[in-house]
This record gives sequence, C-alpha cells and structure tokens, in this order.
Amino acid sequence: MAQPFFGGIHPNSRKSATNKKPIEILPPPEQVVIPMSMHIGAPCTPCVAVGDQVTVGQKVGETVAFVSSPIHASVSGKVVAVEPRPHFSGVPVMSVVIANDYNDTVCPDIQPVEKPEELTAEQLVEIVKNAGIVGMGGATFPTHIKISSSLGKVDTVIINASECESYITSDHRYMMEFPEEIIGGASILARAFGVDRVHIGIEDNKLNAAELLQMEIDKTKAPVVIDLMHTRYPQGAEKQLCQAITGRQVPPGALPAAIGCAVFNAVTTAAIYRAVYTGMPLTHRVVTVSGSGTNEPRNLFCPIGAPVKNLLDACGGVNKKTFKIIMGGPMMGHAQYDMEVPIGKGSNGILAFCEDEERTYEDPACIRCGKCMSVCPMKLMPVFMYQFERTGMLADLEKANVMDCIECGACAYICPGRLHLVQTFRTGKQKINNARAKAKAEAEAKAAKAAKEG
Amino acid sequence: MDYKELNLIGSVSPHIRTKIGTGHIMGEVLMAMIPAMAFAVYNFGWRALSVTLVSAVGCCFFEWMYRLFFKKKNTLSDLSAAVTGVLIAFVCPVTVPYWILLIGDFFAIIVVKQLFGGIGKNFLNPALAARAFMTSWAGEMSTWVGPRTDVPLTGTIDAVTYPTPMALLHEGNLDGLMQMYDLPDMLVGFIGGCVGEVSALMLIFGGVYLIGRKIITWFIPVSYIGTVAVLTFLFPRGHDPLTWMLYQLLGGGLMLGAFFMATDYVTSPVSHKGQVIFGIGCGLLTVFIRYFGSYSEGVCYAILVMNLTVWMIDKSISPSRFGVVKAPREKKPKEPKPEKKEKEEVAAK
Repeated sequence: MAQPFFGGIHPNSRKSATNKKPIEILPPPEQVVIPMSMHIGAPCTPCVAVGDQVTVGQKVGETVAFVSSPIHASVSGKVVAVEPRPHFSGVPVMSVVIANDYNDTVCPDIQPVEKPEELTAEQLVEIVKNAGIVGMGGATFPTHIKISSSLGKVDTVIINASECESYITSDHRYMMEFPEEIIGGASILARAFGVDRVHIGIEDNKLNAAELLQMEIDKTKAPVVIDLMHTRYPQGAEKQLCQAITGRQVPPGALPAAIGCAVFNAVTTAAIYRAVYTGMPLTHRVVTVSGSGTNEPRNLFCPIGAPVKNLLDACGGVNKKTFKIIMGGPMMGHAQYDMEVPIGKGSNGILAFCEDEERTYEDPACIRCGKCMSVCPMKLMPVFMYQFERTGMLADLEKANVMDCIECGACAYICPGRLHLVQTFRTGKQKINNARAKAKAEAEAKAAKAAKEG
Repeated sequence: MDYKELNLIGSVSPHIRTKIGTGHIMGEVLMAMIPAMAFAVYNFGWRALSVTLVSAVGCCFFEWMYRLFFKKKNTLSDLSAAVTGVLIAFVCPVTVPYWILLIGDFFAIIVVKQLFGGIGKNFLNPALAARAFMTSWAGEMSTWVGPRTDVPLTGTIDAVTYPTPMALLHEGNLDGLMQMYDLPDMLVGFIGGCVGEVSALMLIFGGVYLIGRKIITWFIPVSYIGTVAVLTFLFPRGHDPLTWMLYQLLGGGLMLGAFFMATDYVTSPVSHKGQVIFGIGCGLLTVFIRYFGSYSEGVCYAILVMNLTVWMIDKSISPSRFGVVKAPREKKPKEPKPEKKEKEEVAAK
C-alpha cells in the first residue's frame, strides 16, 4: 500500500450506480459543437469554413501558441456554422458546428506510426501534439507540453488511475474494458522517459480494474507496477498522488517535475496509445452520466462536442425535480444551466441532482471545530483564511499561503457550519492576483515615467 | 426531453457536503450527557431533571427571543443553546432556585454569546461564564445536599449544607473525606456536588463516546487531566500521593470540565498542538487555584482564563507548509577549540 497524503475526506463514493455498467456508445448526435477551447492555454483558430465537408479526425482548430492543443472533428459531415456557442465554462466560445452525416468517414491522413517501438521522445511529443491530447482527468493541460517540459528531469512516471471523485466511473470502466491501451500507453511513456518502470496509482475501491491491469502487465511483461492506494479524496490531485506514490512533496508554486515526477491520467495514457498505434487523434471520450436526478445512470462513449442534452436523453432523461446539473465530479465540477453545451476533452461526468446534497445553510457560521484543518491535504488553515478574506486582510491571507490552495473542496465538504470555504479562497486568490498585477503595473509605469524624465 | 423546463441553479463546487452539520454535533454532545444526567436523577431525584430542563428551555427561549427581536435567522436548530442550558444546570447545585438559573441562562446566551455575534463568536465558554456570574448569589450557589437525597421539585431547601469533597480537600482534610466517601463512591458519584459533576464514571463514558464519534479529540481531556494528575501526585501536601491524586481527580468538576467544557470548539484552539498547550494550561491553573486560591474548585476559572489565551495560542501555531521540507541541520565542521589548544600549548611549554 502506498504512503498516505495529508488530510483528505471520505465522501460517499456512489460509484455503484455505474461501476458495473459496460461502456455504451452514445447514439450518434445530429450535430456536434466543437469548441475551440477545451484545454488550458490559448484557444485555437478554426481552420474550416461553413460548407466544408469534414471527416472524423480531421483538424478543425489550429494553433501556433506554445501552450495550446489542436482540435479535431469527432464526426464526419458538413460544417454548418463557425460561431460563438454556449460553452461549459459559462461564456460563449468560438465553435465549429458539424452536421453529422452518420457515415463516420475517417480522415485519410490518419496513419499509425510505422515502428512504435523505436519512437524517440521528440517524435512522441510531436505525435501527442498533433493528436490534440490534453489531460483528460479534468485539468486539460496539454500533454505534449507536460512530456517535453519534464523530459530528462523525471525519475518517476505516474499514471493517475485514482478517480477519487464520487459518482464518476468513466476511467474505471475504461480500465476494465481496455486494459491493453492503458498498459500499452504506459510502456510508451516508460520508453520516452527512459524509466525502468511506470507506477499506476489506483484506489483500492477499483480492485477488479487493478487485477485486469495486472494480468495485462503479466501478459505483456510491460515495465509497469500497480500501486494500490487508500480510497480517499483528493487522492487523484497531482501533488497528493506524487506524495502517495513517492513520499515527496511538490514545493509551493512548482510542478511535479520539480521533484522528478510526471503524472498522466489513465485515459490520457490510453489516448497516447491510440495516437501512436492507430494514429487516431483525441475525438471521443467516456463520460459517466449519473447523480440522483438521472433516471438510468450510464457510462457513455461519446464524440467530443456532443451536446449534454443528448447524453441525458440517452440515459432516459432526468427527474423533473432536478435542480442542478454539473459537468465533472461533484467536488470540483461546474454547474451548467444550458443543456446545449457540448462535452469537452476533460468532461468525465455529467451529474444531475434532484436531492439536496450540498446542504447549504442560509447563514453559515464557523464553530471553530478545526475539521477543515485536519482534512486539508495542503496543510493550510482554512478556518483563519476564511476570516482573513472576509475581513479584507489580504496580507494575512497571503501569509497564510492561500496561493497553495488546490481548491479540492475538502474543507467545504467537511465544514459542519457550512461555510463557503473554497469559494471564498477562490475570490481571495483572485484579489491577491489583482493586487499583484496592479502593483506590477504601477511599478512599471513609475519606471517608464522615470526613464522618460531621465 | 425539454431541459428548459428545469429550474436549474448555478453554484460553485463542491456540490456535495457531509451530512454532519453543527446541529448533528451538538446533538451528539447532548447524547453524551445522558449518562451523567441519568445518574444525577438517581442521586438527587427528579429535581435534577427539572433543573436541567428549565435551564435548557430557558437558554433556547433567550436565543429565540434575541434572534427574533433583532430580526436575525432563528438558530435554535443548531442545538447549541440547548447544550449551553444543560451545561449550566450541570454546574449548579441541585437546590439552585429556578430564577437564578434563568438569570444565568440570560447571561450566557445574551451577554456572552449573542452580543458577540452568536454561535462561534463568543470568546468565553457561555456555561462557565454564566456559572461565574451566578456566584453573585453565593448562598444559593453553595448549598449542597448529600448523595441519594430526594430533593423536592419546587420550593427552597433549608440550608443543610453538606461539605463537598472539594471543600474538604481544600481544607486539606483528606482523612475526613476518606471516612465520608470511599474511592468507588467517588468514582461512581455517590457524593455531594453539582448536578452533573458528581459521577466521574458517567462523564468518562460520555467523553469516550464523544472521542469515539470523533466529535472531540483526546488532546484536551488527556493533557488537562494528565497535568492535574501529575501535579497532585507530585505535591500531595503531606498525604499519600496516589490517594490524594485520585480524590483530586474524581472530587470536583474536573471530568465535566475536561470532557465537556474545555473541549468546546469555539473557545479552544483549533490545532492539535494548541489543544495540548491549552489542556496543560487548564491543568496548571486548576491545581493552582485549588491549592492557593480561596475558592475550593478551580476548573471553572481555569478554563475561563485559558479561553482568553486561545487566540494567542492559535496565532502562534501554524503547520509546516506543504512541500517545504525543513533542511536537515547542517553539522558545522568542528573548529578546533582554541582554549584546548592554548591549554595544550601551555602544557607543552
């Protein structure tokens, strides 16, 4: 058993609604809306025009920016619109709308790599970049940058198969049904980074998946080991996972590469495998549709860009009393109000709630129980940070290391007084960033003025 | 299906929370006080129950009145007022007149708690602050009856002042106390004293329940009781150390204070390290007051004084930052000691 991280919570996992249900294929949507921003970094520019015929896997969004990732068509058909459309982030985003011709014609350019075993790291980075692969656990950081920036600095490669969010089972089912892709992808990463073995960190509530992966490892003699971890949220947070697997702590403000770790989501690894062995870019993903409001919870294999309403329809619709629909996990996902929004590369779940699981109070009151401190995986003191933010003591807030907060929500989950802790820290971080930017701008203006006068 | 008909709300994550809210925690505390309550009824008759109920209802009433008067949200459902009410009754003699009890309730809820902003904002333990205030009626508040007395439900009791264990210990009269009550009596609670304080055993049951349910941590009770035990064992004032220590531990309000008063979230430090400091401080002050004060029991004032230091304790303790590993202390290369050299030189000469 791997070493534990600090704090953490044990929310009711509620995975049993979908963890035994095989992945089903979403009935092909009439049209897909492919947003030009589904990743951290610069948005892409559409490279197709209205009226163009596109094929599955054809590039529809290009980019020249460093931190970005190209975007591909997920169905074949005709481009009917290139315009801003509702987006899961809440603001409309430039999107390519494709009317499905239901032929699923695959782009002729797609070719597997000739000799996957002899792939160099640089070639891999290029393939991953062209395949538009981003972190599929939700953070959507472009994977090619992660690989290229940590090449040579890393002695431990970790595959994140913890899936610690409640309800979500998309990674779990993917590992059960395509273990060869995960292990194959892990082997590719092991070769690229030149490490002896790759660690797969998996929570002990997915033992059946761990067994299947182990069988695959034994069969292929892949340089991979499985590290079982306690089921605890936020086990899948990058810094906590590194701590659990290696015992090392990522320094404040740094990336896991600073302690010699590189972390890839399990499904991202599978996407790398597919990009190498089939040449197929990232066009589809598995989404768990669940939650108290969903009539028939399912795991669906969907083209990226399929509207959320299609997914909900495929699950028998939602309860009439549903009052909240979120994209992502219940701890870190975003509430959606327009069901026309498409699913993106990082959308691992759609949850509909008709029961009050947030249990908010009208006037939250801190009773100083200190539970938030004992669950904080970053060893922060949320009880005081909350007071600092509320009273505008930004200097103290910064001194309390609010910038280290990973916004996992463990403190807000456990708070018996129902304080909006993470929510407050987000505002606080924003305020501090604004103040920093302002101070910087002022200093620059002053310097410019001095230079002018001098 | 048309999703536009749904009344969807937007909110930021997290979207799920634990079931355990403030009301739940306070309910557990009330549960943990049931054994002590039951024993009090057995020891002092139904008056013990009526005193507790009047106090609890009084506290709830004052809380409800205040919130209503100032048009604030009703907070009765968090049960904290009820807990305060029960605790106030627990630290009063069973013969306390109901009107004094209600004055205490008023002081605890209105002055100590609500005027500072309600739950979570008070800096003193409301029940203990009320107890300190109620000492103004010194006569009524120090009329004690013996164990197994059936006190009538209403009316005042002719002062049959019965010495409490703490009073005897304060005089240093351990032998007299030992003749009156043996150790099993002290442990189970067949002694005179406040309503909820008499049965150390039942209070320990309650305290262990709270620790088991993870409502409180063991840091404060253990450090508090441990400090008192060590100090009384080391300084037995000429008596047998072990007997003296046990009578000191079981005699007064220590168990109630350590498990139910000092562990009050609002008025104790939030960090575990801070809680240990707090517990040790309470233990030191308790023994000092018992030994050198004019008042025979020190738990109440010890905890009140330590309540005032909580902010300081909290401020001085901060956990180490994630990812900042303390550099191992570099061993300084040993410089040859000049003195020795000189000595050697001298010797050489």
